[in-house]
Amino acid sequence: METLQIIWFFLVGILVIGYAILDGFDLGVGFWHLFAKKKGERTAFIHSIEPFWDGNEVWLLTAGGALFAAFPPVYATVFSGLYLAMMLVLLGLIFRAVAIEFRDKVEDPRWVKAWDFAFAFGSVLPTILYGVAIGNLLKGLELNPIGDYTGGFFALLNPFALFCGLVGLTMFAYHGALYLSMKLEGEMAATAGKWAGKAWYAFLFALMPTLLYGVKFLMNGDYKALSMTFVVLTLVVNVVSRAFNKKGNPLGAFLASSVTIACLMLAVAFALFPNMVPCVNEPEWSLTVFNSSSSTRTLAWMLGIALVGMPLVLGYTWFIHRVFKDKVQVKED
Amino acid sequence: MDAVLLARMQFALTIMFHYIFPPLTIGLGWMIFMYNTRYQENDNPVFQQLARFWTKVFAISFIIGVASGITMEFQFGTNWAGYSRFVGDIFGAPLAAEGVFAFFLESSFLGILLYGRKRVSQKMYWFSSLMVALGATMSAFWIVVANSWQQTPAGFEIVTEMVNGVEVQKAVLTNFWEAVFNPSTLPRYSHVVTGALTVGVFFILGTSAWQVVKGRHTEFFRASMRTAIIPCFMVIMLTMIVGHKHGHQVAETQPAKLAAFEGIWETQTAAPLMLFGLPDQKNEKNHFAVKIPGMVSLFIGGRFDTEVTGLKDFAPEDRPPVAISFWSFHLMFYMGMWMAFIAFIGVIFWLNKKLLDHKLYLRLCAFTVPIPFLANEVGWVAAEVGRQPWVVYDLLRTRDAVSLSVPAGQILASIIMFSLIYALLFGLWIYLLKRQFAKGPEPLETIEVEAN
Ligand code: HDD
Ligand code: HEM
Ligand code: HEM
Repeated sequence: METLQIIWFFLVGILVIGYAILDGFDLGVGFWHLFAKKKGERTAFIHSIEPFWDGNEVWLLTAGGALFAAFPPVYATVFSGLYLAMMLVLLGLIFRAVAIEFRDKVEDPRWVKAWDFAFAFGSVLPTILYGVAIGNLLKGLELNPIGDYTGGFFALLNPFALFCGLVGLTMFAYHGALYLSMKLEGEMAATAGKWAGKAWYAFLFALMPTLLYGVKFLMNGDYKALSMTFVVLTLVVNVVSRAFNKKGNPLGAFLASSVTIACLMLAVAFALFPNMVPCVNEPEWSLTVFNSSSSTRTLAWMLGIALVGMPLVLGYTWFIHRVFKDKVQVKED
Repeated sequence: MDAVLLARMQFALTIMFHYIFPPLTIGLGWMIFMYNTRYQENDNPVFQQLARFWTKVFAISFIIGVASGITMEFQFGTNWAGYSRFVGDIFGAPLAAEGVFAFFLESSFLGILLYGRKRVSQKMYWFSSLMVALGATMSAFWIVVANSWQQTPAGFEIVTEMVNGVEVQKAVLTNFWEAVFNPSTLPRYSHVVTGALTVGVFFILGTSAWQVVKGRHTEFFRASMRTAIIPCFMVIMLTMIVGHKHGHQVAETQPAKLAAFEGIWETQTAAPLMLFGLPDQKNEKNHFAVKIPGMVSLFIGGRFDTEVTGLKDFAPEDRPPVAISFWSFHLMFYMGMWMAFIAFIGVIFWLNKKLLDHKLYLRLCAFTVPIPFLANEVGWVAAEVGRQPWVVYDLLRTRDAVSLSVPAGQILASIIMFSLIYALLFGLWIYLLKRQFAKGPEPLETIEVEAN
């Protein structure tokens, strides 16, 4: 039983990491969208993610479903507790999805402009809110005995969580810029490489104070050493990523940035474990991997589903990236 | 306002909006697959033209289905925390399976269907259109499993545990296959899929008819209508037959719901079918009833002396809202009859090679476009409202299922937000469809040039 619970903690983690790496780049592309000067460039941005973004987003949906199935009380507590934040994430994701598909349907410049804005807004808003949510989880929530959040909305907007929001934004901005420099051709690719250079500093500027302040949360649990190891790895790999980018190897930089994201998420995972939602007012009320999971039978069935399904998913992902492996051209307008 | 009522309104709003699009894309998906298959078989460029045009319509609609679907995935947690804790052990698995088995499949091959025609072989393109249709149909499976379990729970036991000194009940899985194939899964799934196909085929029939009436791209839309008429007839017949079977299952497993559908208060044999009437929950009777004697008993048991349980056998607090259940069920039935009529006439005309000559018929077809959408919506309203006051039938009451930590004001704010967004999206959808129809298909010449 315990093994299964731990496996599921990490499987949900893998889904979240997969989501962060994959949707991370297209959310990051959304961040840069308004920085592009020409319409043709923005069109190329959208084309670079067009065949992939929906599949990327399915990682989020599956993570949500898996959390519901494996740890129902956590799903219930987190999404009802972070109600307004969740509604804003949905607002962003809805506009983003529609913007990608509808932008090029009508020639009118006002139409295109409106959707360009919706795409950027719909990418930036969720990015920040994911960070805020993770920050609040690290910090812990105020709960009642059955796990309902009692802290009120404004308690969620604390400085630490907001800083985590900035970390999320800058991390994805860096990741997205690397993706663009890898996926586009010519001048725009070089510009994106430069953007990545700037975003890298921004990321460090956001991350450093957050880590300094957050050390106490990272050192909270039983796995301090692992958590800190992954923090160090995050920083190291991040430097490697920058080196690749400087040497003009965007693919290397992008892969390293993916590893950075994974390491940071793992640091968070080990800081929490075995908690999933730490309770600040009454630590025994925390929702943990062991007191909040589904039954052994359900976890075992789910593991079967994952073992059959995940290879298929990786297969589709590989396949679609192979079909659309060409670089995207920037057309003059 | 009461948080429970608001949460219910919000669920009704978001799911009913979502459910405009999946049935359409399931139906269109299979028609597009059929066009691609025909093109594969005989290289007739008209089928390629049909496939391309309807794929564009598909794309515009699909995206709104996706955008509104994201809301649904998290809604159980945001608004129904009590429910999520109670059913999570059983309910979450199908939801996760839907992501793993259906959404990934669908979204990957959709990329190829929409943007990859020139990048893959014709065979691969054909295969992708099959995968997209199949993916959409499979995602309906898992979500219907989840819903069916809450209608007719099976393969579980109720466990009471102490959580931090508070007694909490939940359902725990005892048999996976019994839970997945619970008594209503297959009847419901087959009815939902046939209902969805109905939307797609009547959409093609009706919108094409309207273009013919208006004289726009007549040649193409005539061809389009001709491909839809037989599917319309087959699909609506199937929907009604399967729906009838579904009715048997409701009678067996959810007698209070069936009594509400039919407005039956007293337990009786030879129960009549009420064609029209205004059920009155408070006084436990119907006003202005128009009845056919014995028909409900006949439908359910095959004989007039089948006993049908009346609503009075259930405590007043265990009865669903009768008027809504009755009317949504009957409207579905009437709309089904209307579509069967349209399809039947169409087949007759088609056999006489006159399908496209009757202006009035073309107009009626166009008028029918919203009908299958509405039939699907009211069908679900019947199923879901008829389940009340339970969220999990006989186990968990709706009022015990909501999120206690969410204040009513926040729910109201989000209802307002969703209403505005959805109104906007709906308007945009209509606008873009109109443009697409006005623009019409790609000319045959370009397709022929490309093929060579
Ligand atoms: C085009 C759509 C459509 C049409 C023409 C019909 N239905 Fe339907 N019906 C649905 C679309 C639908 C649905 C939306 O798919 C529902 C909602 C929930 C469900 O299981 O399927 C449904 C529900 C539903 C239920 C309730 C299931 C429950 O409470 O769990 C019954 C008994 C029927 N149908 C029976 C019929 C009959 C006898 C029809 C004959 C005219 C019919 N339906 C036409
Ligand atoms: C019977 C009711 C439902 C059916 C048949 C159905 C079916 C579908 C289908 C076919 C799609 C693909 C998009 C499209 O074709 O428009 C879709 C999208 C989606 N649905 Fe539903 N759905 C139903 C209700 C729900 C519910 C209750 C949820 C909540 C868990 C949900 C979650 C989603 C999600 C998350 C997507 C987006 C998937 C993506 O990004 O590809 N759906 N649904
Ligand atoms: C797609 C078509 C569907 C429609 C149009 C629909 C409609 C509705 C409506 C009108 C309500 C409010 C009923 C009331 O409170 O009186 C409701 C409630 C609900 N439905 Fe559905 N439903 C659909 C599918 C589903 C599916 C697929 C699921 C589960 C997987 C589901 C789960 C629920 C839940 C949890 C509630 C809230 C509790 C309740 O009010 O009973 N619904 N639905």
